[in-house]
Amino acid sequence: MSNLLIDRELDAPPTTAPGLTAAGRAVRRTRLLNWVAVHALALAAALFFVLPFVFVFLTALMSDQQALTRNLWPDSWHWENLRTVWETPGFLTWWKNTLLYAGLGTALTLLSSIPVAYALARFKFRGRNFAMLLVISTMMLPPQVVIVPMYLFWAKQLHLSGTLWPLIIPMAFTDAFSIFLLRQFLLTIPKEYVDAAKVDGCSDFRALVRVILPMAKPAIAAVALFQFFYCWNDYFGPQIYASENPAAWTLSYGLESFKGAHHTNWNLTMAATLLVMAPVIILFFFAQKAFIEGVTLTGVKG
Amino acid sequence: MTATTIAPARRPALSEGLRRKRRQERLRNLAFLSPWLIGVSIFFLYPLVSTVYFSFMKYDGFTAPTWVGLKNWTYVFTDYPFFWPALRNTLWLVIVMVTLRVLFGLGIGLLITKVKTGAGFFRTAFYLPYLAPPVAATMAFAFLLNPGTGPVNNILGSLGLPQPGWFSDPHWSKPALTLLALWGIGDLMVIFMASLLDVPQEQYEAASLDGAGWWQRFKFVTLPNIQPIVLFAVITGVIQTMQYYTQPLVAGKVASGVIGGSGQQFEPGYPEKSTLTLPQLVYHLGFQRFDTGGACVIALVLFGLAMVFTAFLMRRGSGFLATDD
Repeated sequence: MSNLLIDRELDAPPTTAPGLTAAGRAVRRTRLLNWVAVHALALAAALFFVLPFVFVFLTALMSDQQALTRNLWPDSWHWENLRTVWETPGFLTWWKNTLLYAGLGTALTLLSSIPVAYALARFKFRGRNFAMLLVISTMMLPPQVVIVPMYLFWAKQLHLSGTLWPLIIPMAFTDAFSIFLLRQFLLTIPKEYVDAAKVDGCSDFRALVRVILPMAKPAIAAVALFQFFYCWNDYFGPQIYASENPAAWTLSYGLESFKGAHHTNWNLTMAATLLVMAPVIILFFFAQKAFIEGVTLTGVKG
Repeated sequence: MTATTIAPARRPALSEGLRRKRRQERLRNLAFLSPWLIGVSIFFLYPLVSTVYFSFMKYDGFTAPTWVGLKNWTYVFTDYPFFWPALRNTLWLVIVMVTLRVLFGLGIGLLITKVKTGAGFFRTAFYLPYLAPPVAATMAFAFLLNPGTGPVNNILGSLGLPQPGWFSDPHWSKPALTLLALWGIGDLMVIFMASLLDVPQEQYEAASLDGAGWWQRFKFVTLPNIQPIVLFAVITGVIQTMQYYTQPLVAGKVASGVIGGSGQQFEPGYPEKSTLTLPQLVYHLGFQRFDTGGACVIALVLFGLAMVFTAFLMRRGSGFLATDD
């Protein structure tokens, strides 16, 4: 990039206007070169990010025979592969289980985390900073640190192994990351709104529900999406608690065993992979803003 | 913590009304915080204490635990053949994978702020892989990097380039994992993009007037402005690496041909312990070898490492705790 150009000048798309001086033409040429260089680089990067999806898609639609060859483009399109995967015994059950885990988990997380996040953002009490420290510590903690006693607790005392309940029930008792994210957002809402509501005779709970929640909608949507995808993508939890009972497997856990059942069939495995990725990608196109807001909230507003 | 600064004896006697108000406030705080108080006790504090307890016990999950002192600890550090390779791998992943992720994320962030035509397409393309479920992404990469028929070696071959064994070669398995991690850079790209757009334009203009080239502008304007975000990305990257579990496990399983189902024993870290990470050892010792004590030792090592990095994050980012009053 030339030092003649400050970044803002790149905003203008390059045009060819007649009647320019030689110096003006030179500036325009540099700007055009700049534009070409940036977009060529972006295209190259985009290939790195997009091609894996393309190859997965193409292979998913190949015939069994062709998927074993080095061909990149299908000779004939086998859309029925998707159907074969869908009708594989268990696949529909994995979907139902994943939806149950992600749906119920997200709802319970929101219900339990919102009041806690609000209290940590707004109420004054002794040990509030220590509480926040604990929230961040639990957020950073690998789940494997506490898994041994937790497994013994659920399996030996409550006899709930082989189900998804050991994963869902804890969500009714908050999730550290959700508390953290919600609290960071709630801090940005001026206190005066709640003060005014309380002068009008609102209780703390009513003020939270009627005044704060409508204002916090973007953060709540972001937390809901993050939690939904955490559950959707979770592999370790289902492996620990549900692996012994195939009727309780989720998509993430089942997908891996699918490769085992269809050992050499990369086409069916990639069709299954595609079907597991699809909901995430579809939801992204509906909720782009909430995703981006969630990510920026974690990183920037710290 | 202001309440503790006033000695109780010197506190003026409160009126009945004020006392009732204080009591009501305490009850309200307790009510709002109760889900978390219960959660953190049952799902964090209790198992943490329990993990320490079990780390001194011999326990197979069936017969009653017996006290063995430091035996589990010495076993893990001296005799358990997976521990040091796992720690070495973690170190490799922290240095190489985290560094590359931050540099690449920053690069993509810089690039996307310069793209004017088709910005929406590029942003979506760069972001989407981040959302792919880890198991699905790993399966996809196991296929793409499959040494025999995978598209990547296919293309490398037709260009006359060497074709690595990727997940099947102990020297290439970690680079393959790194490639997978770089593919899912979308979150960092967004964070860097947001912070880059926040850099005051006047500073760039001033630097340009002083004759600064793009590298000097990057070094003296961009970097100082985004430095907290770089630090944030490094530390969260390190913490993510401490938790790195699904990708190395699934990649190892697919590459080794041992996969799926309960009851199937898998020698972790295929090939040649090159994809071992500490979280995998907790599973291996605790749930495959039924050595509860050893698993708890690994869990505590992991806890120690995670807490060191969290403490660092807290010291540098005390802004996380700040409130408006």
